[in-house]
Amino acid sequence: MTTITERRAIGAPLDRRDGPQKVTGTAPYAYEYRFDDPLYLFPVQSDVARGRVSRIDASAAEALPGVVAVLTHENAPRLADTSDTELAILQAGDVAFRGQYVAAVVAETLEIARYAASLVRVSCDEEPHDVELRADRDDLYAPEMLNTGDPTDTVQGNFDREFATAAVTLDQTYTTPMEHHNPMEPHTTVALWDGSDLTLYASTQGAHQMRAMLAQVLGLGQDRVRIVAPYVGGAFGSKNLHGNTILAALAAQVVGGRPVKFALTRQQMFSGVGYRSPTIQRIRLGADSGGRLTAICHDVIGQTAKMKGFAEHAAVPTRTMYASQSRRTTHRLAALDVPVPTWMRAPGEAPGMFALESAMDEMAINCGLDPVEFRIRNEPEIDPETGLPYSSRNLVTCLLEGARRFGWADRDPHPSARQDGRWQIGTGVASSTFPVVRFPGSVARISYLGDGRFLVVIDAADIGTGAWTTLAQIAADALQADVEDIDLRIGDTRLPEASVAAGSSGTTSWGSAIFEAARTFRDSYGDSPSEGDQAEATMPENPNASNYAMHAFGACFAEARVDADTGEVRIPRMTGVFAAGKIINPKTARSQFIGGMTWGLSMALHEESLVDPRFGHVVNHDFASYHIPANADSGQFDIAWIDEEDPYVNPMGSKGIGEIGIVGTAAAIASAVYHATGIRVRDLPITPAKLLH
Amino acid sequence: MDVGITLKVDGIQQRIAVDPRTTLLDALRERLGIYGPKKGCDHGQCGACTVLLDGMRANSCLALAVAHDGAEIITAEGLAEDGELHPMQRSFIEHDAFQCGYCTPGQIVSAVGMLAEAEAGWPSHVTRDLGAADVPLTDEEIRERMSGNLCRCGAYANIVPAIRETAAGAGPR
Amino acid sequence: MKPFRYERAENVSGAVATLARERTGEFLAGGTNLVDLMKLDIMQPDVLVDVRRLTSGEIEDLPDGGLRIGAAVTNSDLAADARVRSRYPVLSQALLSGASGQLRNLATTGGNLLQRTRCAYFYDTTTPCNKREPGTGCSALQGCNSGHAILGASPHCVATHPSDMAVAMTALDAVVRTRGPAGEREIPISDLYRLPGQEPERDTTLEHAELITAVDLPPLEFSPNSRYRKVRERASYAFALVSVAAALRVRDGVVLDTRIALGGVAHKPWRARKAEDVLRGAPAVQESFRAAADAELADAAPLRDNAYKVPLAVNVMTRTLLDLPESR
Repeated sequence: MTTITERRAIGAPLDRRDGPQKVTGTAPYAYEYRFDDPLYLFPVQSDVARGRVSRIDASAAEALPGVVAVLTHENAPRLADTSDTELAILQAGDVAFRGQYVAAVVAETLEIARYAASLVRVSCDEEPHDVELRADRDDLYAPEMLNTGDPTDTVQGNFDREFATAAVTLDQTYTTPMEHHNPMEPHTTVALWDGSDLTLYASTQGAHQMRAMLAQVLGLGQDRVRIVAPYVGGAFGSKNLHGNTILAALAAQVVGGRPVKFALTRQQMFSGVGYRSPTIQRIRLGADSGGRLTAICHDVIGQTAKMKGFAEHAAVPTRTMYASQSRRTTHRLAALDVPVPTWMRAPGEAPGMFALESAMDEMAINCGLDPVEFRIRNEPEIDPETGLPYSSRNLVTCLLEGARRFGWADRDPHPSARQDGRWQIGTGVASSTFPVVRFPGSVARISYLGDGRFLVVIDAADIGTGAWTTLAQIAADALQADVEDIDLRIGDTRLPEASVAAGSSGTTSWGSAIFEAARTFRDSYGDSPSEGDQAEATMPENPNASNYAMHAFGACFAEARVDADTGEVRIPRMTGVFAAGKIINPKTARSQFIGGMTWGLSMALHEESLVDPRFGHVVNHDFASYHIPANADSGQFDIAWIDEEDPYVNPMGSKGIGEIGIVGTAAAIASAVYHATGIRVRDLPITPAKLLH
Repeated sequence: MDVGITLKVDGIQQRIAVDPRTTLLDALRERLGIYGPKKGCDHGQCGACTVLLDGMRANSCLALAVAHDGAEIITAEGLAEDGELHPMQRSFIEHDAFQCGYCTPGQIVSAVGMLAEAEAGWPSHVTRDLGAADVPLTDEEIRERMSGNLCRCGAYANIVPAIRETAAGAGPR
Repeated sequence: MKPFRYERAENVSGAVATLARERTGEFLAGGTNLVDLMKLDIMQPDVLVDVRRLTSGEIEDLPDGGLRIGAAVTNSDLAADARVRSRYPVLSQALLSGASGQLRNLATTGGNLLQRTRCAYFYDTTTPCNKREPGTGCSALQGCNSGHAILGASPHCVATHPSDMAVAMTALDAVVRTRGPAGEREIPISDLYRLPGQEPERDTTLEHAELITAVDLPPLEFSPNSRYRKVRERASYAFALVSVAAALRVRDGVVLDTRIALGGVAHKPWRARKAEDVLRGAPAVQESFRAAADAELADAAPLRDNAYKVPLAVNVMTRTLLDLPESR
């Protein structure tokens, strides 16, 4: 593969191009386009977790002045394709989870719509529901495959024999709770139907994918649907096509001619737009007396909705992390009367590596080894899962460099050895990993505007990742032009197709397409193009993909302070060192790493969606009761990366970095808390209640 | 029944008719098309809706517009004068103190309001010497005082130096 | 949110008279709790009478050395007042530990006292709640109740009162001044609040249209030696798991007098009278403080998820007393 050889823009810590709009509040998010005559939608949600709608009395709502329509399954337009039950909104009276949309009001103002929605009387024939994930359920099943397409179970060697004869063993169960994405911008759709064409201003991480699925469901040609999404207020995996977008589209079709605005309330963000499945993970490790692993077994139990399968691939990273002659991984699911889970920042990796890396810390202690040294001892030569060489793997360098930066050398390994007043102090370490993902189908188009300027267009999504800036940097170097001469447009289905912003794949996928388009442009027009000259290219396949295992790696170190009286935990500092190939923009990359590690902190200490099994819903469904870190929880972040050259991954030499920050962080924190207190918490989040004696 | 009120928003007098149920946040966004203040939670639990309300930072989502007739409101858009970014805005860009940008206008307005509070000698939860007339604005103080503005992207680590530098450059009033 | 009429009044008497006529109306001050509740249809007044500018926004020195805090004084102004910071630091600290800067700028003294529980079932019209709808049951009793009461609860309600300010005021024996249809009253703060008993729908002993006009803090010679400690699941912007307001007077290593109140443990701020009784006359050492705390929590009745609050309350009370300057 050819690579970008002369890098002038790539590697520069440029300020974000969308900065001035974002800091002045003038960047338009989906709800924020000014219309003369909008309508507002407010949904009615089921208050049973399972059953059938038996009767809807919308008369009081319809009688309110300003109410334009009340949609129910009895009067909503028929969808063309209802095979995906999650998207079959208002088509039948079945209720599959508590909080499902069973009706919706469209009105002249938000206040009228919301009040009218409260007047709609929905009666349900309730059926008994089942919402509890437990390891002892007798109906756990093996899904056909995991959400990534990876096989559900893998086996190498003979785990049972190796484990039975290992000198040192560990057998522990770790759990992670249900979590909700909670981007600051709620899911939003503004839908306008003019009789033949549908326009959506949507908060989405993939406008083309959303359009394709939406068009299919509605029975429209894709050329009849346009989605506009230049600014997205966070997504983290949740802003793909869910029922909320379908509902807005249906309402737009009913009213016709006027835009219908629908933004979820924060409370509504806890049902129907996806979440991270809780996990119950059993890890068994066996090692010889030298601390070399001979047996690894990782068994995962998660949940999905009865209506749709989604298997969180928590044990997949275990297939590649460490060397061992025997290894077994399994995934089992319980199908429950719950909303459908979805990808949530580092799906699989985040919960799975909490379990694996916590187990590695416990195992290091069992082996009498320093946790950094223990990991180095078990570094694989080639990818244990595929048998392929790594395109590049520098985990050991990250661990050693991180240890040096963090000040790991003179650490007393004994727990509860350090105090500062009432604060018990401890430190912990964990590995991080994330695969290099590329999704097919991205197309970039480059046009010459004259005066040395280029227009680069691709329907990529900047969900806070910095794509507005980094793609311009890639285009500049690919064209050997100045970055100030690159005019970039993204976030509109009128632009060429691009893959979804997911799997930390955006830069790889879109950047490769841009690179290819630039190459085509220069091949066609050389160094003196004429105004209007244009070239377009699709992201090519990567011929190296079947020859190399491609992953980014990192190491996370954390210091924990635990109040001996109260169990309050503070993380005053963390160090993250990453090997993620070429860093396109050091300024935005550092923010991505910090953002990911802040998510890891959140996962370790704060987040938990509490389900009341009697009702089947998430009880703590707002920001006051579902905690994410506040500014005071965030301490010092020391971020560094290894200068890693990898000519195999893509022309830029870059690996995705949006998710790796979260991956090892929770385990590093849990290990630091153990080191501080002698208490090993295996069930996230680590709350004061779990640390009080 | 809609009620007529007057709000001075970013220097401009605006006369609008509002449903008594309309919050200042929705009045700004849906009646006036001013979308800087954002709806992150609508319940005073995230700070994305922060505006300067008669000089004080406040959550516009919990203020009924009819109860603030005649108020003077500054949003992030109003901080930029004559097309020039406010020093806090420039500092946020320089320090990459935002990612998705949705909490950002609220963060910036809150930070401006917070600096005024600190300059007035207001203590905070982390102020050790409660009796002191002046409270030095350490990073710990900034973090605590800005904790009413949630950021899901996790930009806090850059928000703090962005504010610190602006405070240092601000000088005495 | 139901439609409502927004009314202003000329003065306190006018506001009281207006609301007295409107059985389903409420006073509106800062709105930071009321508007929050109205959006979710937890409270559905037909009329709002705006009192934000009617009661006093001033903090006055009283001749006896105490302070009279106007009901309209914002939480921020109250916390920042030099007299409060020096004479009643526990109150300033309690206020500063609550909510966020933005909320404190709008929230008033009167409104803060009257804020309602944050129980997630109270806050959800689709889950049964005796406080919101008497007779429908208490969903928290057998539900997710890690934040709920360990003292003074009843089978009808296990909610806690969320105000930090009220805990400090309870320790300081604040007196709440009101004007209602029947005239003026002075209510010791411990009598303002109720335990749930059989009527959890009644948070306070106020009559309809009775408006809080001021809160008096009596002088307390040793109140400068006071502190508020709040334990939460994140470092800021969160409600208390447990909190303690404490003031201590020590001479020659002996506790002469003390005031202690707990937050996060009951339907009202919990005045720890048993602990105070144990402590008066006892040596000002850790063992005494712990014994006092144990005595106060002896009758704690934990629920499925909140047993941790018992050792937490004991630890925090002990530590807070120990850390007061005069203790050492």
